[in-house]
Amino acid sequence: MQSAESVAPERRQSSAPLTWFEDGTSRIPFRVYTEPESHQRELERFFYKNHWCYVGLEAEIPNVGDFKRTAIGERSVVMSRAEDGSVQVFENVCAHRGMQFCRERHGNRKDFVCPYHQWSYSLKGDLQGVPFIRGVKQDGKVNGGMPPDFKKEEHGLTKLRVATRGGVVFATFDHAMESFEDFVGEAVLHYFDRMFNGRTLKILGYNRQRIPGNWKLMQENIKDPYHPGLLHTWFVTFGLWRADNKSELKMDRHFRHASMISTRGNAQTANEVSKVSSFKQTMQLHDARFLDIVPEAWWNGPTAVMTTLFPSVILQQQVNSVSTRHIQPRGNGEFDFVWTHFGYDDDTPEMTERRLRQSNLFGPAGFVSADDGEVIELSQKGFEQKPEHRALAELGGRDVGDTDHMVTETLIRGMYAYWRKVMDE
Amino acid sequence: MNEQLETYFAVTQLHARYASVVDAIDWDAWCELFVDDCVYRIQPRENYERGFPLATLSFTSKGMLKDRAYGIRETLFHDPYYQRHVIGAPLILSSTEDRITCESSYAVFRTKLSELSTVFNVGRYIDEIVRTDEGLKFKSRQCVYDSEMIPNSIIYPI
Ligand code: FES
Ligand SMILES: [Fe+2]
Repeated sequence: MQSAESVAPERRQSSAPLTWFEDGTSRIPFRVYTEPESHQRELERFFYKNHWCYVGLEAEIPNVGDFKRTAIGERSVVMSRAEDGSVQVFENVCAHRGMQFCRERHGNRKDFVCPYHQWSYSLKGDLQGVPFIRGVKQDGKVNGGMPPDFKKEEHGLTKLRVATRGGVVFATFDHAMESFEDFVGEAVLHYFDRMFNGRTLKILGYNRQRIPGNWKLMQENIKDPYHPGLLHTWFVTFGLWRADNKSELKMDRHFRHASMISTRGNAQTANEVSKVSSFKQTMQLHDARFLDIVPEAWWNGPTAVMTTLFPSVILQQQVNSVSTRHIQPRGNGEFDFVWTHFGYDDDTPEMTERRLRQSNLFGPAGFVSADDGEVIELSQKGFEQKPEHRALAELGGRDVGDTDHMVTETLIRGMYAYWRKVMDE
Repeated sequence: MNEQLETYFAVTQLHARYASVVDAIDWDAWCELFVDDCVYRIQPRENYERGFPLATLSFTSKGMLKDRAYGIRETLFHDPYYQRHVIGAPLILSSTEDRITCESSYAVFRTKLSELSTVFNVGRYIDEIVRTDEGLKFKSRQCVYDSEMIPNSIIYPI
């Protein structure tokens, strides 16, 4: 016989409603990270509707027939370059009986053929060929074939709407979407355009990691200027992060996207300012080339701008290292994080080398990024063991707004203000 | 034949020594298995085969290895873990008086505290080894890994 006590906690975990403690979002219930059902609604409302999601860079598919397989939320999609040069995105589900037909992650094709019954699709996802569509003639009789009213035009792949800007490709299942520019909003678009100002991009390569934590934690991580000087002691030790850095935080009007903009200070010695106990002022790199920073004209001042585009991508400029970081959820407790490092067409070989060298700081093994994945994993563990509890995000107050400093968790509060609105909670 | 056997034996010993020090978390000893002007890279097979230069880690001097050792010891926060290397027999590709090129498969298992052991990273070492007065040392070690997804992060050298 099962006692009431032994079943009660489980029921409490799975069916208790999400509780927001007050009007604001400075207290975030752990349940937003632990509920599979809430996760499904997030996928529907953030990834599959009303949001432009990142799919890739045009430079990944420069030629007609080039394609890349990637994901929006948890749906596999293919981005391809059609004969007319346009970028197309369609869902990786065969219109016949649903097979996920594209298995290679990249390549070049004249068309896409589903191996199961050889239905073939154009580079735009239109159905072209259906074997035995008119049946098979045998002994003067036609056997089988599709019904006479079968129209190929009605059975293409699910096509997404595509937006490209500055060589970056976004797509949405939602054909009634506002424009990409309106979606991002003026303030953040400014920083988007700064990084993608029309120059052709040069792909340097990929890093892929699977992080056992809720996908929103990565958005929060890049909306959290509280942690870098504390968690990433490497930054502090070698003078890349200083509490006196000139900084600004800017959001779109819905508070979903944000840019953290900072310019390296060069005033006093760092520990006077940061008061970070782990700071070791005497530390010098054995090989200073890790931090061989050369300012670039397009920076227009800021030495680091980290932009979060909700829900799917993070745009990184950290000194000379630039990348996109693509968030691909896998259930409420895990996501894949795909880094695409790039440079620009007009980079000198030395600048390419420099970008590559500085990429040692970032990515799944990076001096200052590996630990982000680690703390996300351990945060998720905390949430899972205590789902009725909540996180606290009250640094810099309980309200939401742009700031001219980094000592605040306002961007996280902003993100959850938006989240609550969209999720009706 | 004798010379070839000797080379083979010396290379397997170097590999075994490498595994021994990185699994013992002895980063100073790890650095000393390389010459000063060395290369150490951990790169996804995807980038390697498609000709993309990006690596997950890419160091081009012993100084950088020492900086990594410092980072692991002093600045990188991570969940504690053990790692265990299993390295396959080296295929000697070339061997001269002063240098040897070879490659071998490897598997690294990770064991987190209170957890089961899991496959962490598998791939191939592509090595350039030089003969020095202190024995064989790595001029270059590239770890080209098949593992499509890094299970969260890589902290220690592979
Ligand atoms: S499922 Fe694709 S052709 Fe039948
Ligand atoms: Fe971080």
